[in-house]
Amino acid sequence: MPLAMDNNDSQASSILVLGIGNVLWADEGFGVRAVEALHRRFDVPPQVTVLDGGTQGLYLLPYIQACSELLVIDAIDYGLPPATIHVVRDDEVPSFMGAKKMSLHQTGFQEVLAAAQLLGWQPRHLTLIGVQPQVIDDYGGSLRPEVAARIDEVIQLAVEELGAWKVTLRPREAIADQGGLAAPALALDHYEGQRPSSRDACRLGDARFLVQASHAETLTDTDNETDPSPMAERQHHQPSASRSSIQGPTCLDTTGCSREGGSP
Amino acid sequence: MTQTRTPNGFDLDRSGRRIVVDPVTRIEGHMRCEVNVDDNNIIRNAVSTGTMWRGLEVILKGRDPRDAWAFVERICGVCTGCHALASVRAVENALDIRIPRNAHLIREMMAKVLQWHDHVVHFYHLHALDWVNPVNALRADPRATSRLQQLTGPNHPLSSPGYFRDVQNRLKTFIESGQLGLFKNGYWDNPAYKLSPEADLMATAHYLEALDLQKEIVKVHTVFGGKNPHPNYMVGGVPCAINIDGDLAAGAPLNMERLNFVRARMEEAFAFSQNVYLPDVIAIASFYKDWLHGGGLAGSNVMDYGDYSKVNYDKSTDQLKGGAIVGGNWDEVHEVDPTDPEQIQEFVAHSWYRYADESKGLHPWDGETEHHYELGQATVGTRTHIRELDESAKYSWIKSPRWRGHAMEVGPLARYILNYAQGNEFVIDQVDSSLAAFNQLAGTRLTPRQALPSTIGRTLARALEAHYCASMMLDDWHELVANIRAGDLATANIEKWDPASWPSEARGVGIVAAPRGMNGHWIRIKDGKIENYQCIVPTTWNGSPRDAEGNIGAFEASLLGTPMERPDEPVEILRTLHSFDPCLACSTHVMSEDGEELSRVTVR
Repeated sequence: MPLAMDNNDSQASSILVLGIGNVLWADEGFGVRAVEALHRRFDVPPQVTVLDGGTQGLYLLPYIQACSELLVIDAIDYGLPPATIHVVRDDEVPSFMGAKKMSLHQTGFQEVLAAAQLLGWQPRHLTLIGVQPQVIDDYGGSLRPEVAARIDEVIQLAVEELGAWKVTLRPREAIADQGGLAAPALALDHYEGQRPSSRDACRLGDARFLVQASHAETLTDTDNETDPSPMAERQHHQPSASRSSIQGPTCLDTTGCSREGGSP
Repeated sequence: MTQTRTPNGFDLDRSGRRIVVDPVTRIEGHMRCEVNVDDNNIIRNAVSTGTMWRGLEVILKGRDPRDAWAFVERICGVCTGCHALASVRAVENALDIRIPRNAHLIREMMAKVLQWHDHVVHFYHLHALDWVNPVNALRADPRATSRLQQLTGPNHPLSSPGYFRDVQNRLKTFIESGQLGLFKNGYWDNPAYKLSPEADLMATAHYLEALDLQKEIVKVHTVFGGKNPHPNYMVGGVPCAINIDGDLAAGAPLNMERLNFVRARMEEAFAFSQNVYLPDVIAIASFYKDWLHGGGLAGSNVMDYGDYSKVNYDKSTDQLKGGAIVGGNWDEVHEVDPTDPEQIQEFVAHSWYRYADESKGLHPWDGETEHHYELGQATVGTRTHIRELDESAKYSWIKSPRWRGHAMEVGPLARYILNYAQGNEFVIDQVDSSLAAFNQLAGTRLTPRQALPSTIGRTLARALEAHYCASMMLDDWHELVANIRAGDLATANIEKWDPASWPSEARGVGIVAAPRGMNGHWIRIKDGKIENYQCIVPTTWNGSPRDAEGNIGAFEASLLGTPMERPDEPVEILRTLHSFDPCLACSTHVMSEDGEELSRVTVR
């Protein structure tokens, strides 16, 4: 860390458990959903803050600067098989988090961390629990089952990590109301319960970006099969053929959208 | 045909070398820009493309209208409050719900805090790097920097040589540690950077001060919105009870102690925009006095719905007046009505959507969002790896909204031109005095009509608007306290909370003067559920592709005629695009597979 800091072991610890990501983008919301679940199940002692950071970038700076230990939970594109959990610590964290853009004008979370450090923040511990997303570019979608199934394991890892930082979480006697962190409308059950089908609300991304997503293998293959030729050449296709090859990417959603491109 | 004149009066020539910038960095969302330059490296054609599908409208369909704000608050990481506010206003408009005065004042303060915060963060953290070279700041003389500070911002207390030496040392340590992270987007040896090392150091010091201060002002959102970073909104008012003499133990979040805390944060903001932000913009601009490019549409067509009414529901009391100016005639400001299907229409002739008849536009109440991704014959590359777009066909995920068929620029500059033209005294005084300060520093004699429609004018208007917001929010605070003292404690009107009290069908519009320009949400409610929801956000106006008639939008128009120092280093393109604070509204990470920050720039 480049700058001198006031933090030292004599200071009381202040721990931030931060879930980040966009709940409107399928597995991209994993971090938020995980801290939401953590909050429902556990009472935390006063020195611990559990925060739904959304995609708020620099808005998170005050919370980060105020903590001495930071535990981040997020969907991270590690290039691993979908739903793989991977934990990195301390100096390793920024390089992993730089691989993706968080919201604030494409400020990466890496840059938020850098800004905090430029202002003198130096955490005693920094841990990132990341899960490899399966599908991100499904606007309005929810966690994929395989990824959602990792929440319990991630919570367990978080509890252990906090234990290593000498903090014990007590299970709540009754499960807390879902709306504790986010607005009730966004709580997972409500969000999924009211979600329109992908047939009613198609959630496709731009083909050029779909191909760069974490599930690129599937898409790249599809893409190569349907789009082997330069654009100028493909314009000579019959209208019906070009419709299926040009018009839109193959829908990824398995919940009801099985056609190619277009809307019903 | 490589040379054309658009119906809105811009000459386009796509015969020269094509430069592709993808992605445009330091913006919200995903954007690509292609330009053609002539033999003198002057931009002669511009194509701006929103490269991300945003399906918000369709995912709200069928949901409870009272929940919509929570979804739109998550559209992106910077526009949270302005979408939430537009959403609750749209629902209230549809259901004819009138909110109490306290709720109006609290919402106004939250909106203005957001505006101030957004403008400051945009300038220091995203846009300043188009003008300021932090690496060059290492060469500055701290004593000369101190003199510069006292000349340009004499009321700012942090001005000693020792202070600037400390900042310089911090910066040196940071850069030497290899963590250029925050500054790694730069083309730091490009001659397009004109500041002296001292000005670079002063601006860098203020960058750090802004980082520190921005986190204080947003605490106002925590007080009024219950929490941050996603404050709560509510159809019918604000979810914030008042118990002015109570303590927090009484269960009411808003007491005098909290209100005094809010006022202190607002006063800090006021002092910073007055003593630091605005002087910085003027000082930096004076080094770029010969760079008055980037006006584009601002020289002719500007628009806003108007906002910040002193008396809620009385548009005549708007403190930022709305209207439309067409053809550069500041003497005639047309009235704008967002509910009029003849006035606001979205076209998709060059957008990746499908209408039954694409020569016509649709009003957002009747809006359709059916995607249709296809590329023109002149496209170079493949469907997934486009090397060069064909702008004669569909080329963007952004629609083309038009006012009575005209392409319009929106945003702080549009609002400042509209308010200057309509005799808003606060605005006239701000514009005239800041321009006088600029002319004195730069040795120029520019008038508002010469200076405002430019990239620098856009950046200046944002600084002026931030300060105007700080001034207005303090007025709101005093009114709120007076209203509470007079015995009015109401913060919500829940008469029509129950959907059983709603008509079976209703429609409404919610508008907000958002940081990037006018933001509108249009809603149709049927049997208690959302039937249709359409947003036209500011960047839809500014970033729109050509329409059916061939009129170009504000981003495209602003780049024309700008000379580039080095075509493979798009400093000038980024500078002008950033002056709009583009927000392509979709917080996702799928764009970059390798974390590469620097724009890929291709010249062919």
